[in-house]
Amino acid sequence: MDILNLKSGMLFKAGKLVLILFLAAGLSACKSSQKATEEYDEEVSDTSGTHDELEKLFWARQDSARMNFTEADAEFMTKMIAHHAQALIMSRLAPENNASSQIQTLAARIINAQKDEIKSMQKWLRDREQPVPEVHIEGLNLMIHGLGKHHQHMDHTNMAGMLSPAQLKELSEAKGEEFDRLYLKYMIDHHKGAVTMVEKLFSTDGAAQDEGAFRLATDIQVDQKTEIERMQLMLDEITASK
Amino acid sequence: MKSDIIKRPAVFTSSFKTLCMLALAVVLGAYGCSSSSMMDDTSATVPAIEPKPMTEVTPPSPDPRVGLKAGLFDAEEAIWNLNMLSQTPPPKDFVGVTNSDLAFKDNYVFQGNYNGVIVWDVSNPRSPELVVDYLCPASQSDVSVYGNLLFVSGEGFGGRLDCGTEGVQTAVSQERLRGIRIFDITNVEEPKYIANVQTCRGSHTHSLLKDPEDDENVYVYVSGSAPVRPAEEMPECVNAMPEDDPNSSLFRIEVIKVPLDNPQEAAIVSSPRIFEDLKAPPTHGLAPADLERVREAKERGAFVVEIGGSPRVLPDRFVNQLMGNVMQQRGNETGEPTAADSAALREQLPDMIAQMFGGGDAKERGPNQCHDITLYPEIGLAGGACEGYGLLLDITDPVNPKRVDAVADSNFSYWHSATFSNDGKKILFTDEWGGGGQPKCRETDPYEWGANALFTINDNREMEFQSYYKLPAPQTELENCVAHNGSLIPVPGREIMVQSWYQGGISVFDWTDVSNPVEIAFHDRGPTDSTSMGMGGSWSVYWYNGLIINSEIARGLDIFELEPSPYITQNEIDAANTIELDYLNAQGQPMFEWPTTFALAKAYVDQLDRNDGLSDADIASLRAGISSAERGNKNVLNELAGTIEAKAGSSSHSEKVHTLAQTLRDLASM
Repeated sequence: MDILNLKSGMLFKAGKLVLILFLAAGLSACKSSQKATEEYDEEVSDTSGTHDELEKLFWARQDSARMNFTEADAEFMTKMIAHHAQALIMSRLAPENNASSQIQTLAARIINAQKDEIKSMQKWLRDREQPVPEVHIEGLNLMIHGLGKHHQHMDHTNMAGMLSPAQLKELSEAKGEEFDRLYLKYMIDHHKGAVTMVEKLFSTDGAAQDEGAFRLATDIQVDQKTEIERMQLMLDEITASK
Repeated sequence: MKSDIIKRPAVFTSSFKTLCMLALAVVLGAYGCSSSSMMDDTSATVPAIEPKPMTEVTPPSPDPRVGLKAGLFDAEEAIWNLNMLSQTPPPKDFVGVTNSDLAFKDNYVFQGNYNGVIVWDVSNPRSPELVVDYLCPASQSDVSVYGNLLFVSGEGFGGRLDCGTEGVQTAVSQERLRGIRIFDITNVEEPKYIANVQTCRGSHTHSLLKDPEDDENVYVYVSGSAPVRPAEEMPECVNAMPEDDPNSSLFRIEVIKVPLDNPQEAAIVSSPRIFEDLKAPPTHGLAPADLERVREAKERGAFVVEIGGSPRVLPDRFVNQLMGNVMQQRGNETGEPTAADSAALREQLPDMIAQMFGGGDAKERGPNQCHDITLYPEIGLAGGACEGYGLLLDITDPVNPKRVDAVADSNFSYWHSATFSNDGKKILFTDEWGGGGQPKCRETDPYEWGANALFTINDNREMEFQSYYKLPAPQTELENCVAHNGSLIPVPGREIMVQSWYQGGISVFDWTDVSNPVEIAFHDRGPTDSTSMGMGGSWSVYWYNGLIINSEIARGLDIFELEPSPYITQNEIDAANTIELDYLNAQGQPMFEWPTTFALAKAYVDQLDRNDGLSDADIASLRAGISSAERGNKNVLNELAGTIEAKAGSSSHSEKVHTLAQTLRDLASM
């Protein structure tokens, strides 16, 4: 799936997206923040510039830094939003499927964390004028809008760690301790998939140079790795008490 | 005695030395001071602000941090019991780029930034001067100083060996720096880039260890949570599980040894696997109802085992199976277990369980890496905040840190950093849930999530959970907020900490009573942006020589001082300010030893007053006596010491009474 087919008005140059005329001042495109500084030197006279001047420089620098991303970064965000969305579907089942209090707490935290991360990834894409996937969940069904017609019915299950519709149904029908066990098993796989996606991103030339992308990807990686360990322990406990 | 008489003069002029002169001027009555330091008899016996106990803290209500107007350099602010001395935007080359951690040396503040390092001279804290803004991009630019050396962490993929700003565009490159950069700052205005130590996972953070037994070297503990570099980029890096390759770069930290007379020779000397065999430590995750079930089961005589640190009732089916094995082993072929079989099973059960679930799988290895390690060399311990665990490490052999205890917590998402109490008997861990880029202080976010967890450390060097502390003011969706870096404020006899909460601002809290932490001061700004969440807020805030210095991610450098209040009196502030550090790396925690001063004695008196440790009459005569001693009549001190010592036995704070008596005797003999 090449989401870049959808873009218009962007130029690709050596794997970089360069948005022409991105500064209000109409400066030519640049990808390093250093360059932006030089160009602003004329306008901002010294460090004790007024708040307005500094603020202008601040946002210009942030805008400039945002254009320092690759298609791999954008693809990562787009896919990870769908990936996270399935974790929401899985976790929302916990209360109604009579999960233990421990699992309900875990599920609540996963919902809280991944909802926020979805927002951050949407913002990341929006800030870079990329198509922003909007998540719609109806029961077990996940719809992703906002990527154009081509993506509306995309098969999300081919991503690493994603549950198949049959697995999702299996989980939705499990109750109590059986739900706990299946939830942990599938969520561990799901998290491992996210970690794999991060590792793939990091092994791509030019990827994750963008500060926001690096931060989001590393945060997802460390959080989910930590949670995998914790879930593995919980799963061992359930298995042990059988 | 500078600290006794500096009372927040209206104008600071230039250096700390100048402060001493100012103080002298106050004594001579040549300089009008705006605050409450009149040295007459009434003020000596009746403090301007009556100390109040932590159970009676009355924060401003409604909380002024709620609903602050957004703005980058003009956000609305709320402040309580702090006095802001200055806020200084970053230098032009660094505006709009993330400010990170802080280190201190003499009057200099070293502020990390994803674009390099900013050095400030804060001799005049009301107007910090930029010394140099050294462009050398890398995230996160975590900084430490020692002697004439400056250490800077590089983790992101764009860091270059040549400090270039163009990034590194290929996944494998010999131009990339991920690890530690070393600078010579003999001339602080012109840092010299003298060495690099590359590491397999870069350096997210690092901690500098000055071993009290070793004056020839310092050690840098490197924590790197990012993925392992490809072997094509750095041949010694192995991204495999330790069972597949014993040289795995995973599940270890890195220790760099830096010879002080030849820092260019700095190199990795060990990669301790401090997580090995880390069994699941006890959590306090079992609900009271679960515990009750376990207790009832035990009473019934059911088999209860420890799995994952929590007691579990073994199901009958499982017990029958094990019992069968035991009977077979004991030659009982009747099919009915005897009491002896049952006893044998009970005895063997822990080993059986360990064998069955011990395995060599992922859980046995524990965490993969630490986020941050706080070294406290004076007590030979370090607090490691390592993914799902808080570790206590013995660091008496700097090259071979050994794990002595570990805790987990079902409410903790990601163990981030640690701070010890000065006596080393308590430790506070932070949970950077969401990684710092998420708004985790909303009204709907639980108090226990993204908070601090407070532990005591017992004589066997085991950690025992006591309580949580989280920023009490709810923040908006637009503000990334979670527990982050902080340091102790050296008020003698108390645990007081100042801490960063990103866009939640900074919070000063007392955790002397480790079960009941209480906020006593704060500063907060509205969101950086009124329309969407941007990265901003306090990355690190540390106390350094009387100043509270804050690295604001977007807005630059803020400097505060404590404002006296019923919860920290002027005397306590003065006593804290008698601590003078030559340098500070907050992750290399220094031990505070307070010099004998009148401020120290008066701080203890205020504390005894606050907690009713002595009668009002005793407190009044202590204040009068100390005041008179300050004016030269030192004879009263020994007498006062004797009087209160006689009452120590009946005091609710007898230890503090003894400490005060000793301080008075020491003052008398000076």
